[in-house]
Amino acid sequence: MPSLQSLRRKIAAFKNTQKITKAMKMVAAAKLKRSQDRILAARPYAHKMRGVLSNLSQRVNRTSHPLLQKREGKKIEILVVTSDRGLCGGFNGNIVRKSAEFIRQCEAQGLSVNLSLIGRKGRDYFRRRSWTIRQEWTGIFDKLSFEHALDIGGDLTENFVQGTFDELYVVYNEFKSAIQQRVIVEKLFPIDAAVEFGAAPAPEGSSLGGSYLYEPDEGELLSALVPKHFQIQTYRILLESAAAEHGARMAAMDGATRNAGQLIKKVTLYYNKTRQAAITKELMDIVGGAEALK
Amino acid sequence: MAGKILLEVVTPEKLLLSQEVDEVIAPGSEGEFGVLPGHCHLLSSLRIGELRYKSHEVWHYMSILWGYAEVTPAKVTVMAEIAEKAEDIDVGRAQQAVENAEQRLQAGGLPSEVREAEISLEKARLRKKIADRARKTGHA
Repeated sequence: MPSLQSLRRKIAAFKNTQKITKAMKMVAAAKLKRSQDRILAARPYAHKMRGVLSNLSQRVNRTSHPLLQKREGKKIEILVVTSDRGLCGGFNGNIVRKSAEFIRQCEAQGLSVNLSLIGRKGRDYFRRRSWTIRQEWTGIFDKLSFEHALDIGGDLTENFVQGTFDELYVVYNEFKSAIQQRVIVEKLFPIDAAVEFGAAPAPEGSSLGGSYLYEPDEGELLSALVPKHFQIQTYRILLESAAAEHGARMAAMDGATRNAGQLIKKVTLYYNKTRQAAITKELMDIVGGAEALK
Repeated sequence: MAGKILLEVVTPEKLLLSQEVDEVIAPGSEGEFGVLPGHCHLLSSLRIGELRYKSHEVWHYMSILWGYAEVTPAKVTVMAEIAEKAEDIDVGRAQQAVENAEQRLQAGGLPSEVREAEISLEKARLRKKIADRARKTGHA
């Protein structure tokens, strides 16, 4: 039976832990609010852009712009977006598991796979595996800005044009709600007529192939629009992941705080029982002693 | 008037407008263009300028700073870098910005600085103009 003192220490330790997890939960909630506002604001623009592009990709001559090319895909690049910090429940675990599964699928089809990693947690995991890591970015989520998207998007587009890879997929956590994230595998290159988004290219797309006006001319427009699209999409993905991370952390810390509370309750009860038992025993001793003296 | 056309204006910051309107006039990079319901497909880049749309016989104004517009027979999607509704523009601040930009332009400097100043002057004048117009038409 543990001594009363050690039980007291245990309770104090649990209370400390609970304070920390509670504080982390509060911080995550504050950050979540901010990143949630950002992603919700950025989404319409990104989705519209995507709609226009996927509409466009069905119409234009794909050879007219290097970023629209469709090559026989043998080399695949997978961009895995994880967080820099842990303590956010299954956030990173889910991503990493899904990515590994996806990589194996691709390899089974005889494709060669390279990885680009965003976030320290993903890097730490994949570094210990045999897959080749082409590029990694860490520590960007603390001060996430459009510059990062420019940087990452620029690197990816450049490598696509140079032929480093033929197809690009991205695995990331989509922000569904404060307590829900969804792991998404999305194809970024080459651009396809996307159907996965609700903002579908509408039925009037039936007039495809019909005349379409471009101002200024098609080439000029595409060379401005397409890179822009990738920057925007990259930015959106980063924002999604950031918001999802804070959501996941908040939920995880909420759970941890609750569990700590339960433990405290349990140990406190045990402590009080033990204390009572000790007191009773002492009383009995005293009573026994008094009886003996009679 | 046959039918309406859905006008949507988005910026990286938010969805600014999504509304059924009668007519849209947008500042295309090759000149202004008007859109009525049933317009043919068009994809255009936009320059700094004013976007007008008519709804219930009233014209509304909006400042647009670069971007793209996709036109389909039933819908106009404007993706702008920066956009502001006339009624959201603070006239005082816009006036201030015009003066600042003018000063910077006069001060001269490196060619890149001058160009920057010219652009911000154009931006500031546009915002001022649109804000003033909104005042006059009385829905400020």
